[in-house]
Amino acid sequence: MQGSLIPNEFVVDVDHQRCRRCKRCILNCGFGVFDFQSMTTADSSKCVACHRCVMFCPEDAITITRNPLAFKEHSSWGIDSRKAIWKQAESSGMILTGMGTDLPWLNVFDHLLIDACQVTNPSIDPLREPMELRTYLGRKPDKVEIEVDDKGKPRAVNSVENNIKLETPIIFSGMSYGSVSLNTHRALAIAAQRLGTVMNTGEGGLHRELYPYKDNIIVQCASGRFGVHSEYLNAGVAVEIKIGQGAKPGIGGHLPGEKIGLEVSGTRMIPVGTDALSPAPHHDIYSIEDLRQLIYALKEATGYKPVSVKIATVHNVAAIASGIARAGADIIYLDGFRGGTGASPAVIRDHVGIPMEIALAVVDSRLRQEGIRNWVSIIAAGGIRSSADVAKAIALGADAVGVGTAALIALGCRLCQKCYTGNCSWGIATQRPELVDRLDPDWGAERLVNLINSWSLELKEILGALGINAIESLRGNRERLRALGLDSTVMEILEVKPAGV
Amino acid sequence: MADAAVKKKMEGEAAELDAAGVHYRELNGRVRELIDKGCKEIVLNGVNGQRYIADGIASEVKIVINGVPGNDLGAFMSGPHIIVNDNAQDCVGNTMNAGKIIIKGHAGDVLGYGMRGGKLFVTGDVGYRVGIHMKSYKKQVPVIVAGGRAGDFFGEYMAGGILVLLGMGEGDRPIAGSYLGTGMHGGAIYMRGSVSDSQLGREVRVFDLEEEDRKLVAGLLEEFQADTGIDYSKIKPAEFMKLCPFSHRPYGNMYVY
Repeated sequence: MQGSLIPNEFVVDVDHQRCRRCKRCILNCGFGVFDFQSMTTADSSKCVACHRCVMFCPEDAITITRNPLAFKEHSSWGIDSRKAIWKQAESSGMILTGMGTDLPWLNVFDHLLIDACQVTNPSIDPLREPMELRTYLGRKPDKVEIEVDDKGKPRAVNSVENNIKLETPIIFSGMSYGSVSLNTHRALAIAAQRLGTVMNTGEGGLHRELYPYKDNIIVQCASGRFGVHSEYLNAGVAVEIKIGQGAKPGIGGHLPGEKIGLEVSGTRMIPVGTDALSPAPHHDIYSIEDLRQLIYALKEATGYKPVSVKIATVHNVAAIASGIARAGADIIYLDGFRGGTGASPAVIRDHVGIPMEIALAVVDSRLRQEGIRNWVSIIAAGGIRSSADVAKAIALGADAVGVGTAALIALGCRLCQKCYTGNCSWGIATQRPELVDRLDPDWGAERLVNLINSWSLELKEILGALGINAIESLRGNRERLRALGLDSTVMEILEVKPAGV
Repeated sequence: MADAAVKKKMEGEAAELDAAGVHYRELNGRVRELIDKGCKEIVLNGVNGQRYIADGIASEVKIVINGVPGNDLGAFMSGPHIIVNDNAQDCVGNTMNAGKIIIKGHAGDVLGYGMRGGKLFVTGDVGYRVGIHMKSYKKQVPVIVAGGRAGDFFGEYMAGGILVLLGMGEGDRPIAGSYLGTGMHGGAIYMRGSVSDSQLGREVRVFDLEEEDRKLVAGLLEEFQADTGIDYSKIKPAEFMKLCPFSHRPYGNMYVY
């Protein structure tokens, strides 16, 4: 019988002149590319271009190139379309993938420009003057009440009561223990604590060892209810109900049995080696009224901690967000269609949902029009790549942003999109003990702290250029954005003027 | 709600609250207060639809409810022993972790969703979507026993735990609805009588009871009888059939990497 008709994606080349046969590549590759028979051999068909071998080869003897094999060019039948058809013709399955969509959809962030002060109003030097990034997540009062003390000094009363205090408007997005390794969770928790921000557990529960980080954790409650019990619900500063995920709106999750080892099994309470199935909907939520019921059940169970509701950005997102605010949520987490995942059918990841930038603008506008914007904080996530994206998201109406993929890249992720195999050579999206051990949580935490601190510095620089001294003044301040290369309909929806006006 | 609205009586470790007309937040706050003060038994009278009773409570307090409690009774709870001397509404024992809930009447939809441990006994019928995604780990095995019949999607997505249906009561409608055990990948469902193949989810099969199963069912029947005070002695474990998944990875072959 004929084997696969699909050519290798990459070619691995070992320079035998330089190779000193130390076999480090064999140990480092999670995908089993290398072997040794009198000299190092490589099976290119298994290579995912994660670069682990290249980074750890002491002789620089390994090169990985894209397979240069020529295909007859065709403008509508791209190589990827042909490969997908071969794959499915050979297997009869849905094509599974990881991380966010890699299709070249329009990226709105790349068509937005930030304003700056010149002559008529002074810019501010953040090196000399205080610049405020502190952010509070949660419901704000309808009006600020002022109290005057004995000395006649006025102060605001309880304006951020029961809010989550962040030192920078950037949090770590939910990535479940199971999907990612315990060392990844450890790195995120340590970094969140040092940065004065929060990490989100994702839907796989929280390992007991991380309970001491409770002031810097948001715990998630998703449809599979993995690891959800009263102690867990109280192990963070807030609870998030995950309705949907940007990478796979409307569908459930299947964490493959390969990633359910002993520890994950114990945290999730399912047997070793079974698939962890998250139903598509929460079966106790079929309406906004039902959502309200769960929000208040969680509040009752946690002494009224803030509740966040995470949704994927879909067509009718503004009305849905209004419903969520009215259902009693304190935070709405908007996960755009570029958001990452540990596993999703490619067809869903690449074709379902709308960009977070657009969703964010319409949700912010809708809540303002309805006079309920202060009821909720908005976290925008799904494609935040830099401090520029953070600033633009906040100007479009976000209170804070969530970063997942960027955090993983900081930990070494190469975006090979093979998280669902559990073979991650960087020790991130794997449960294989020998791979997990590679990720030192302290090393990882330091890199995460460096990244977020760099972005925070850059944010201050942007604010200074804008002549404002608090991130609060940028929130929903779309007047300070201009569009370049967006059509008039999109600009109208974003409520952003074209450059030059 | 003013203090006077909740008439309460506390003698030693037992207390009684009059819940009539009291908002759930007030009522549940009072219950928590009593538990914090060391109360071991609380009787709630005149309950009429108040939600979230005993949610998230991690104590082995006994709560007797006279009246019909509202949705999400005992959600996320970890330890209480609740007796409802009436019907109950939806989402009883939602994601419950430990403890016991006994309902002397019928109960609504979505009972024991994501249940992780403890027991839920209902003497009457139960609604739709009961026991969805129950799970178990080692010795922590959740159990739901219903004396009557169940609606559709009984035991959907079940990853562990035990569901028992006795099918008692008037009428001749089937003991359970359709899509029984759809997506089930762990645990077991025991039903008295039979169901047609068309009612079964694609992931389950019917099995005969082994000696171990018979012991389990007999033990649960005995406990159910003791807790509810109803005589089930005429029910024999031999009348039961067992539904189990035939794969722990029902969707394992759906994907190509």
